[in-house]
Amino acid sequence: MSTLAVQTPYTVSTAMMEVLQITLLVLVAAAATAVVLIRAGVRQVLMLSIYGVLLAVLFLAFQAPDVTLSELVVGAVALPIILLLTLAKVRKREQ
Amino acid sequence: MTPWQRRWIFLVAGAGLVAFYLWGLSGLPGFGRYPGPYGFAILRVAVAQTNATGVVSAINFEYRGFDTLGEEFILFVAAAGVATVLRRLRGERERSAVDEAAGRDVPPTSSAVRMVALLFTGPVVLAGWWLASHAQTNPSGGFQGGILLATAFILIYLSGEFLVFKRLSPADLTDVVEAVGAGGFVAIGLSAVAMSLPYLKNFLPLGQVPGAVSSSGTIALISFFVGIEVAAAFILIVGELLDQTLLIRQGG
Amino acid sequence: MQVFPFVVVAWILGVGLYGVVTSRHLVHQIICLIVVQSSTYVLLLGVGYVTGAVAPYFFDVPDHTPAVDPVVQACALTDVVVEAAVTAMLLSFAIQAYKRFGTLDPQELADLKG
Repeated sequence: MSTLAVQTPYTVSTAMMEVLQITLLVLVAAAATAVVLIRAGVRQVLMLSIYGVLLAVLFLAFQAPDVTLSELVVGAVALPIILLLTLAKVRKREQ
Repeated sequence: MTPWQRRWIFLVAGAGLVAFYLWGLSGLPGFGRYPGPYGFAILRVAVAQTNATGVVSAINFEYRGFDTLGEEFILFVAAAGVATVLRRLRGERERSAVDEAAGRDVPPTSSAVRMVALLFTGPVVLAGWWLASHAQTNPSGGFQGGILLATAFILIYLSGEFLVFKRLSPADLTDVVEAVGAGGFVAIGLSAVAMSLPYLKNFLPLGQVPGAVSSSGTIALISFFVGIEVAAAFILIVGELLDQTLLIRQGG
Repeated sequence: MQVFPFVVVAWILGVGLYGVVTSRHLVHQIICLIVVQSSTYVLLLGVGYVTGAVAPYFFDVPDHTPAVDPVVQACALTDVVVEAAVTAMLLSFAIQAYKRFGTLDPQELADLKG
């Protein structure tokens, strides 16, 4: 269907929603490429965190707020914590 | 085989894989044109049958509750696995947590990090608790609330107080909480069997108003148990990794 | 727009696999595995989307409003949990591999023999 299911003073047309989704998809693809191309270290973990936030906003544009919350807490908080702890353990041994 | 050869072989094979994948995905009915009967069938009956306005949580904890049981046990086993793999090996010694604090020459935590971490601990606990207990009304659920609760403990560590973190989350207590969470989920299912209903059937009163906190029967209860189990599992995993970084040393 | 989200899914999968294959650091490899798994979230949500529909939460909209598919959202939630658990296990293996062999380069680890 191309008509909106709910009309409030804040809804935008379907075309604008599509533009938002296309923009977010392009950003997510670019962020994924950046995560892979950056070398291992704190910088890559930070880029992974940004990628998680971008994915979360994309899921919000896909009308899935529950998956947004899960991706935020896992991809932007929990995973960077355990990744940074592992990197600290490895670097400490190198000293 | 040199790395360059490996890279070129992968590029050829990867292009073939992606082409095959795209050919398969082009058979889908297009983005935005979901035809399937399963989603619409559930949307038609979910609110009437369970009195829960959050249909995704109703699916997670009731319609497909068995899958959620498996997912929760994946996290349970991961916490046990991390504790097993990172056990103290032969040739390592573990310093007790008290020794560490005295002679460490580590730069002190900056006061900005300290203040922000301590300020945010209370609201994060509140947000995590709210998310874990409101699964049936809003976009929330046991899993998100659980990880947020664990993040509150990690904020205590980030504010520079590793000893306080260890004291607030002793391994025995966290183990017990995790077991209570996982066992509680299984027990709710078994108590349905005890009433000669199918396993994990919703047997508590459904409540009057759809979407109230006390409505939807076992969905809210299961979500709470999942929340505390996930929080305990995550605290265990981070605690193990912190022990590795700070306490375990090489040599006899 | 009919097929663009699926093209992005295939791109993320391909880029992540390239990172896994040509990686020189175990933690970099694990992060690229996370990227590969995240492509499946986008695929799941892209399959269940209905144009012009709302999120499947009926707290403030009347019941029986056209909504997107909630089942694939539940599947994506399980997927996210599994990713976190698998990453925790892989990282503990990486730590033990470093302690045992002294190197985190997967191409050197393949040559060592016990």
